[in-house]
Amino acid sequence: MRNLFGHSSRRLKAAIAFPVIGVVLFIISNRVDELRVYQGANVAVYVVAIISIILLTGYSGQISLGHGALMAVGAYAAVLSQVYWHLPIILTFVVAVLAAAGFGAILGTAAGRLTGPYLAGTTLALAVGLPSLANQFGFLGGEQGLNYDVGLPPTWLGADFTQYKWFFWISALAALMVTWLSFNLLGSHYGRNWRALRSNPTAAALMGIHVGRSKVLAFTVSSGLAGLSGALLAMTISLVTPSAFPTSLSFSIVTGAVLAGVTLLTGSIVGAVVLVAIPEITGALATHLGGSEKVTSNLPGLLTSVLLIVAVLLFPNGPQAIMKRTRKSSH
Amino acid sequence: MSGLVISQLNISHGAIRAVNDLSFTVLPGQLAAVIGSNGAGKTTLLRTLSGLKSAHSGSVEWNGESILRKKPEDLVRSGIVHVSDGKSVIPELTVRENLALGGIWRKDKKDVALATAEAIDLFPRLGERLQQSADTLSGGERQMLAIGRALIARPKLLLLDEPSLGLAPLVIDQIFQAIKSLRDRHNLTVVLVEQNAMGALRIADIGIIINLGKLVASGPARELIDNPSLRAAYLGY
Amino acid sequence: MGRLLNTILIGVSGGSIYSLMALALVLVWRSTRVVNFAQAGQAILSTYIGYVVITHTNNYWIAFPVALLAGALAGALIDILMVRTLMKRAHSGPVAGIAPVIATLGLLGLIRAVVGMIWGGDLRQFKLPVSNHGFTFGHNTIPFAPINLLIVMTTVVVMLIFSLIFQRTNLGLSLRASAYQPEIARLAGIRVDLTRTIGWAFAGAAGAVAGMLVTPTNYLSPNSLDLLLVSGFVAAVIGGLESLVGAAVGGLILGISLALVLEYISSSLAFPVAFVVLIAVLLFKPSGLIGAKRTRHA
Repeated sequence: MRNLFGHSSRRLKAAIAFPVIGVVLFIISNRVDELRVYQGANVAVYVVAIISIILLTGYSGQISLGHGALMAVGAYAAVLSQVYWHLPIILTFVVAVLAAAGFGAILGTAAGRLTGPYLAGTTLALAVGLPSLANQFGFLGGEQGLNYDVGLPPTWLGADFTQYKWFFWISALAALMVTWLSFNLLGSHYGRNWRALRSNPTAAALMGIHVGRSKVLAFTVSSGLAGLSGALLAMTISLVTPSAFPTSLSFSIVTGAVLAGVTLLTGSIVGAVVLVAIPEITGALATHLGGSEKVTSNLPGLLTSVLLIVAVLLFPNGPQAIMKRTRKSSH
Repeated sequence: MSGLVISQLNISHGAIRAVNDLSFTVLPGQLAAVIGSNGAGKTTLLRTLSGLKSAHSGSVEWNGESILRKKPEDLVRSGIVHVSDGKSVIPELTVRENLALGGIWRKDKKDVALATAEAIDLFPRLGERLQQSADTLSGGERQMLAIGRALIARPKLLLLDEPSLGLAPLVIDQIFQAIKSLRDRHNLTVVLVEQNAMGALRIADIGIIINLGKLVASGPARELIDNPSLRAAYLGY
Repeated sequence: MGRLLNTILIGVSGGSIYSLMALALVLVWRSTRVVNFAQAGQAILSTYIGYVVITHTNNYWIAFPVALLAGALAGALIDILMVRTLMKRAHSGPVAGIAPVIATLGLLGLIRAVVGMIWGGDLRQFKLPVSNHGFTFGHNTIPFAPINLLIVMTTVVVMLIFSLIFQRTNLGLSLRASAYQPEIARLAGIRVDLTRTIGWAFAGAAGAVAGMLVTPTNYLSPNSLDLLLVSGFVAAVIGGLESLVGAAVGGLILGISLALVLEYISSSLAFPVAFVVLIAVLLFKPSGLIGAKRTRHA
């Protein structure tokens, strides 16, 4: 239970912590090699995506298997606003958030009455079908997709400030802001409403919480974040195509959220790191085992799936919950 | 020793000790009324007797065999049938299908048919509503259905959890009378858990009074009814 | 008129496959209260096993029962290894309600990865068990071929068999009772765990049938049944997740609607149409077009 008195000191701590983290990240990014910086950017992208799931599932109790599709919506909105309206990069991100949030609002309204498997199946349908829509319409770039260019880093950052560092900066900054925003959102009365909603919707309604509105709000915010994550993802590959948003992406994000402990914001970093680390680990495993191409290309998927099954069977509330429990019992 | 022998039984419900060092014996063919107010641990006791819940320590024997670590499905085959309150009926199925569940595991299909006929004979209302979905039944009818179904399993030890709960007084009378006549006819051993203390004690041979999981008093039902202090404390007058 | 009839026939054939997948989903739902997203994975695995048998024996009709058996076995194994654990744990916390969903999802990924590792991602072809050429009536050839007739007939047979089992046999009663109220079923002496395993085996077999029927006219790859899973789900929802008959009808409705859209409007609108139908049914007729007694809040 959150301590009401600790509330303002929490905020103060957060207000100090985030810029500090930002500076630390800046220093680190100057010390490590390009590959790690690029991976760092990917981690940041996943952090945003995982947080979007945590808000939706961990806090308002709704499941989405289709957030990959929402990421696609954000990415396509961003790139289209660049191509057709020539918007500067930061505004394309805003467009991504708004477009995905709008989509999410509609989806959330429809989904408001759905629970469990029905919601899961519906969002799964989205994940499977929506990205492939892009293949059908010419202006969406078809299979090759559209190029998304965030431009070179500004000159005042120095001559050896690489493209990847620029990616990292943008995505890390976005991730930090999203984390801080979510932190505040969850501490606000919206967050409390969601928590009440999650544990007992009937009781929540009786307490005067407008269940439907709360749920739709959660879906909207979550979708907006997913859209941002999608735009950031597109940035790191400089491209927006349907194949960047396969069904497995939606599953990966949910995996990351479950690994994170679906209710912990900080766990999202854990989840994101694991997700990015998996291709690394499996790459090393594959060369070690010396398998064929079909083995190596499926190894990441295998590992992610096994992790997901183990995680949800053994600790459905995240590894942190186990740690909390062992700490408590040792008293 | 035959019959139901409960000895120093301890059952936990989370962090709470629901049943505390409980011991009593029900002889074969006896109707035992287990009385206590809400939260006394009576339901937990029955759930442990029927295998739905595990005990912390102690022993329970039925006709000389320990039944504590057995699964509910197996205990049913030993003749121990638990009729839980109101929830014993599956509303999505029809009355006929609910009754069929009673004998579903039994091999002697002829006897199942016979037992089904007896159940309908005992509760004619069920016979009128065979094809109806069980969720259209009233509270009393559901209780009849639950008991009827239990009978088809040809129980030897019948565990009843608050059959009078939520029923109108006239119906409660009917149910209690039915329970008594069943015991008489089939020589069943019955453990009847109830909050309706008077009604239960009137048809019982022995009474067992539990409060907060502990045994408060036990003995012939008649004596418990006549005991003024017990009456004041547990029977309300 | 001819064009309409042809379109409907195509729709019936396609719809039958959706019905089979929906049937598998409904079977598992009714016996476990879990929506099995791994259904597509089990189906594809069974189909690959059928493929192996075909390459060795060059006979589709030997491969068919083998695939069925493989599907049933896989389903039973999944229940024993995974679902039992799920049922025992995870009764609280925010993830509890969706833990089975996530677990079956993980399973889907796992099976797909394993299939990919063993057979690789290239597209493969089945030999057709019966002809793919439309029936001819005098000068006219309709788009309905013997293979389509096989699909429809098999679906009808499967539906009948399962309906009979569910409604008329003690096994079916046990399956239903165990799904609705496992505790009461236990107290009635039903071996609930065993019954549930049987339910999963049935569902696995149904998925295998779907895979074996749809692949000859399509192609085989680790992902080839994904769209089918979604279509099956939509069909199951249309029919109301509780009813086997509903699954059948739902599949037909979906199949015919899609065929009509594809033929008369545009081929690129297939997914949006299916999706809109899904949302519309969920919003306006939550218990499915066939209607069931319970609401969708569990």
